Amino acid sequence: MGNTSTATLKNKKSWISYIGEYGAFIALFFLVIVISVISPEFRTTGNLLNVLRQATFNGLIAFGMTCVILSDGIDLSVGSTLALSAVICAKLLMEGVPPVLAMLIALFTGTLLGVVSGLLVTKGRLQPFIATLITMTAYRGLAFILTDGKPISNLARTIETEGSDSFPFKLIGKGNFCKVPIPAILLIFALVVFFFVLNKTTFGRKVYATGSNAKCAKLAGVNITVTKVIVYAISGFMSALTGLILISRLDSAQPTLGDGYELDAIAAVALGGTSMSGGRGRITGTFAGVLIIAVLNNGMNLLEVSTYYQDVIKAAVILVAVLSDRKR
Amino acid sequence: MKIEMKGINKSFGSNQVLKDAGFVLENGEVHALMGENGAGKSTLMKILTGVYTRDAGTVIVDGKEVVYKSPQEAEKAGIVFIYQELNVLFDLTVEENLFMGKEITKKFGICDKKAMRKKAQEAMDKMGVKIPINAVMSDLSVGQQQMVEICKALMVDAKVLIMDEPTAALTQSETEGLFKLIKSLRKKGVSIVYISHRMEEIFELCDRITILRDGTYVGTEKIKDINMDDIVRMMIGREIGERYPKRDGIEIGKEIIRVEGLTKGKTFKDVNFSVKAGEVLGVSGLMGAGRTEIMKAIFGNLSYDSGKVFIEGKEMKIRSVRDAIEAGIGFITEDRKTEGLLLEKSIAENIELANLGKVSNKSVLSKKKGAELVKKGIDEFHIKCFGPQHECANLSGGNQQKVVFAKWVYTDPKVLIMDEPTRGVDIGAKKEIYSVINDLAAKGVAIIMVSSELPEVLGMSDRIMVVHEGKVTGIIDAAEADQEKVMTLATGGTL
Repeated sequence: MGNTSTATLKNKKSWISYIGEYGAFIALFFLVIVISVISPEFRTTGNLLNVLRQATFNGLIAFGMTCVILSDGIDLSVGSTLALSAVICAKLLMEGVPPVLAMLIALFTGTLLGVVSGLLVTKGRLQPFIATLITMTAYRGLAFILTDGKPISNLARTIETEGSDSFPFKLIGKGNFCKVPIPAILLIFALVVFFFVLNKTTFGRKVYATGSNAKCAKLAGVNITVTKVIVYAISGFMSALTGLILISRLDSAQPTLGDGYELDAIAAVALGGTSMSGGRGRITGTFAGVLIIAVLNNGMNLLEVSTYYQDVIKAAVILVAVLSDRKR
Repeated sequence: MKIEMKGINKSFGSNQVLKDAGFVLENGEVHALMGENGAGKSTLMKILTGVYTRDAGTVIVDGKEVVYKSPQEAEKAGIVFIYQELNVLFDLTVEENLFMGKEITKKFGICDKKAMRKKAQEAMDKMGVKIPINAVMSDLSVGQQQMVEICKALMVDAKVLIMDEPTAALTQSETEGLFKLIKSLRKKGVSIVYISHRMEEIFELCDRITILRDGTYVGTEKIKDINMDDIVRMMIGREIGERYPKRDGIEIGKEIIRVEGLTKGKTFKDVNFSVKAGEVLGVSGLMGAGRTEIMKAIFGNLSYDSGKVFIEGKEMKIRSVRDAIEAGIGFITEDRKTEGLLLEKSIAENIELANLGKVSNKSVLSKKKGAELVKKGIDEFHIKCFGPQHECANLSGGNQQKVVFAKWVYTDPKVLIMDEPTRGVDIGAKKEIYSVINDLAAKGVAIIMVSSELPEVLGMSDRIMVVHEGKVTGIIDAAEADQEKVMTLATGGTL
C-alpha cells in the first residue's frame, strides 16, 4: 500500500538493515578474531600477506562475476576461460614470443572469449546459465586440444633459452613491491577500479539498470546488448588475468587450471550480498566475501582441519551468511 | 451471504492504513468499493479473506463473528478474492488450474483425469463460457484467464466474490462478457464486491457503493441516489473543481513530428499524422487496435515494414530507442511498473537513468549535477517522498508516474508520447498529471497521448486520432468530437 501522506515518508534505516548491508564485513571481522585467538600463527604479517595472495585468484574472478551477476547474468565459463588463455600464453612462450606480447595476447583472448559468451546471451538469446555452460565446456575442451592434455612446464627457463627476459612473466605472479606480493596489489587495484566503474560511471549505472529491469533500461535508451557483452568481456579479461598470475606462480600451464573456480567466485558474490537476480549488490561486499573464503581456507589449514571437513564448514558459513542476508 | 465489517484497524509498522474502516455487504448485491489509491480498499478485503490479521474491529458473516486465519479458510466459508494480478499458473492447462490443490484422486493419490475433465467442463458450461479446458493458460487472453479464475471460485461454491480492478486489462467485448456474467451471478444470489476506479462501470453495474478515504469509512449510498461529483467529493474530501484543467493561451506552433505511411504487416497500416508544437493529440481506440504498437514503432522499440518519421521536417532513421531519444522523442510507457521504472531503485537513479549524459562528465557521474537534476524533478513535479533516495516501489501510483514524467521531461523531448498516462492513478494525482501535460504543451512540446479513457481524451486533446484494427479511421478536432463520434470511429464506422 503506498500511503505516501503518512508513514512511508519516514524511511530511517534500522540497524538491522545496516547489518544486512555490511553483514559480510561483520562476519569477516568475527572470523578473523576467532581464528587469531585459536591460531597465533594466523596473526603474522607473513601469513596475512599469504591470505591476501591466495584471495587474489578468487578475488579477480569474483569481481568480474559481480558485474555479470549485477546485470542479471551468470558466467560459468570463468575457470575454462582462465585455462584456455593461460594455455595459449604458455604455447606462445614456447614458440619464443616475447613474454609481454604473449601475456597481452592472452588477456585479449580472455576478453574475446567473454565477448562470445555475451553474444550468445544477447544475440543468441540463450539463458546466461546455458550460454556459459556451453562456453565453459567448449573452452575447456579447446584447452585440452591445444596441449594434447599435457602440462607445459618450465616456462621461465624456456623464455630465457629463447633469449627473452623472463622478468615480466615472473613479476606478475611471484613479484613483490615493498614486500607486498604483486598479485595482492593487483587485487586492491582491481577493487578500486571496479568500485569506481560500478558506482561513479554511467556504465555502472547501466549495468545496475539492466539487471534491475532490462525492459525499462532499454526504453530509457540503454543499449542492453552492448552493456551485457561488455560485462561478459570484463569477466573474460579478469579470468585471463588470473590465469597469467597462476601460470607465473606455478611456472607451468595445464588444461585443468581453474577447474571449479566459478563456484568459489559465485559463492563470494553471494556472500557479499549481491542479488542473484541482478540489480542489487556491491563490489565491496564481494571483496569481503572473497576474504571470508580465503581466511576460512587459510585458518582451517593452519588448524589442520581435515580437507573433508573443510568443504562442509565452508558450506555452512556460506549458508549462514546468505540466510542472514535474506532477513533484510 | 451477509457480511458486516465494523471498526477495522490495521497498521503495518508505524503506518496505519485502516482506521475505523468497514462496510456492509447484502445478499445478492454488487457492491462497489471506491477510494483513492492507498485508501485501504484492498487491505480491507485482505483482512476479510484472512490474508492479513486485523488489529481491531469485528467481522460478522451471517450473524456470526468470524476470524479467518488464511485465504483457504475464507474460501471454505465461500468468500473468494480474485486479485488484480491474477493468481494463475501460466504454464499449466485450464483444467489443472481449476483443480490446483484440490485434485480429484483415485487410489494412491493418482489423479482422476476423467472426472476432473468432466467437472471442469460442467463448470464452464454452467458459466456459459467457451474456453477449451485443455488449453494452456498462457495461450489465453487476460479476459479468458480471469474467467477461469471466476470459474475456479464458483467451483468451490463461492457466495461472495471480491474483484479488484477486474477490467483493467480487458478489451471492450471481454468487459461486456464479464458484466453479463456478474449480472447472472447476482441473480443466483452471489454477492460481489467490485473495486474499480472507473466511474462508468460502477454506475452500470453496481447496486450500492461504499467509499473509503485514508483508511476510514466515509459512507455507503445507493447508486441510483448518487452522482459522479458526489462520489469524487466523498473520495477526496473536497471539491476537485474542473476535472480537466484548461489549457488557455497556448500558441500552437509549427509542425514537430510527421508520420507518413507507417506500416507493419497486419498490426498497423498506412498510419499518417502530425503533431505541432504545443499541441496535444489524443489517440483513441479499442484495446488491441494497435495504438501502442504504432507508438512503439515510432520510438524505435518495434520494427516496421515501411513508412517515414519526420522531426521538424527532417526525416529520421529511427532503428533503436537510442535513435529515437536522440531525435528528441520521449516515451512514457503504459506499464510503469514493468517498463517505466526500476521499482527497487531510488527516485534519483530512475530520473538519472534517461539523463545519464546530463548528469555526467565524459561518462563519469557528477554527484552535483545529479543531485541538482533530481531535486528539480522532485520540486517541479511535487513528488511526495522523503528524499531522492526514496525507493520507487514505496511510492503511490501517482507519485511513481510523476517520477516517470520527470525522467522524460529532462531529456528535453520535442515530442513526448504517453501511453495511458493516468492508468491506476487516483483522481487527485490525475489532475496533477494533466497540469504537467499542459505545462509541457505550454513549453512547446508536441504531445501524443494514448488513452482508453474517453472522457480523458475528450477533455485533454486538441485533436483526436482514432485507430481501428491498425488503421487510422479519423482525426477529428476536439471541439467537434464527442463520445459517440469517437466510438463510431473506434468500432470501424464512418462519420
